[in-house]
Amino acid sequence: MTRKKDARDGLLISPIENGTVIDHITAGEALNVLRIIGITGTTTESISVATNVESKKMGTKDIVKIKNRELRKEEVDRIALIAPRASINIIRNYKVWEKKGVDIPDRVIGIVRCPNPGCISNTNEPIRSCFLVQKNGLRCLYCDWLITKDITSHII
Amino acid sequence: MRHIISVRDLSKEEIETILDDAAAIQSGSYDPSALRGKLLGLLFFEPSTRTRMSFAAAMARLGGDFLSMDSVEASSMAKGETLADTIRVVSGYVDAIVLRHPKEGAARLASEFARVPVINAGDGAGQHPSQTLLDLFTIRQSMPLEGIHVGLLGDLRYGRTAHSLAHALSLYNVTIHTITPKGLELPAGLAGELRDAGTEVVEHDDISTCVRDLDVLYVTRIQRERFPDAASYFKVASSYRVTPELLSGTRDHFIVLHPLPRVDEIDPRVDSLPCARYFEQSANGIPVRMAMLLRVMG
Ligand SMILES: [Zn+2]
Repeated sequence: MTRKKDARDGLLISPIENGTVIDHITAGEALNVLRIIGITGTTTESISVATNVESKKMGTKDIVKIKNRELRKEEVDRIALIAPRASINIIRNYKVWEKKGVDIPDRVIGIVRCPNPGCISNTNEPIRSCFLVQKNGLRCLYCDWLITKDITSHII
Repeated sequence: MRHIISVRDLSKEEIETILDDAAAIQSGSYDPSALRGKLLGLLFFEPSTRTRMSFAAAMARLGGDFLSMDSVEASSMAKGETLADTIRVVSGYVDAIVLRHPKEGAARLASEFARVPVINAGDGAGQHPSQTLLDLFTIRQSMPLEGIHVGLLGDLRYGRTAHSLAHALSLYNVTIHTITPKGLELPAGLAGELRDAGTEVVEHDDISTCVRDLDVLYVTRIQRERFPDAASYFKVASSYRVTPELLSGTRDHFIVLHPLPRVDEIDPRVDSLPCARYFEQSANGIPVRMAMLLRVMG
């Protein structure tokens, strides 16, 4: 991300000194990206969100900027579930310090709730939900339930 | 530690090994004191007397002993206690656990907390690998598994024994014919998975048009509770009834299987036909479960 482009985007979101910019989020998924990395209305981060921004690569995209927080690898990989093309830019002193893509993880632990009401993971057992990431969707490690679409609606 | 939780976890080679072991056991070649001094815990959180008895019998035939907890005791033991804790406690008593539980995925959870091997004897509508293995074993007694045409008849939407069997058969180059009432078809996800594995899946709504192309007909119960009223159930059930007339002209080595108990989906007159193998299938549970016990404890 160049400074020039930042300036133009600045109409929507101003540049940040330190923190993380998540770019190329599938349009409409920005709020889910925040949810997936645990940012809610009660947390204290300073966030800017732009949705349905024009993108040469994607048509439209969402962008999220988080001030003073660098995303951990685990958080970055979670984003892949709903925004497989996202790119993550770690910003230090207004410069892109590090740029990473997202990697689809093998397993998704504690993020997605199993839609099967009969699944043991939906009881008070001392376990976290666990899904295996397969090419046709997410498979519950416990009950084998396969989530093939609308993963966001199952995010805890 | 070796758990047996789902057929999905087993490779084709592992399945073959268990079936080979079961065949050897059935022909009498096994050590009747192989598991002497070992204790098996039978934890049944829902009633399934036959499965419990067959594991107990398999253990006894290998010289081992078992502790059995039936569903009534289990429910009081589990009162307020998590399954995880129950498993941790029972792990301290026995050398392996056979678990039956109403929640899907219970056996997988148990395997995470157990300090001994866990065998899944059915979790809710979920996996029941000993059933699938004995189904495969019974087919293999009559014909090689490779390349056969298997008809799955009945409720394939909710019938998980058929799901596990279909999944296991997809490791072999089979053709699966599904014969189901409307609304009880194989879930699209599973059908897609089978096709991805190279299995041809052919859908039918009338058994009479495809029965003569089959090597195996696997009949499952159509559950009455899936239908809005008794009349619509009986209408469907009667059109999926296997009779001697229906089976005339089938292939020479053709066999009929059923995981039992049956209600009225197989005419009792079929029982005396040479193709009826469901009682052998049930008896095959013993050598197959002996092979499974040896695999985890032997
Ligand atoms: Zn589940």
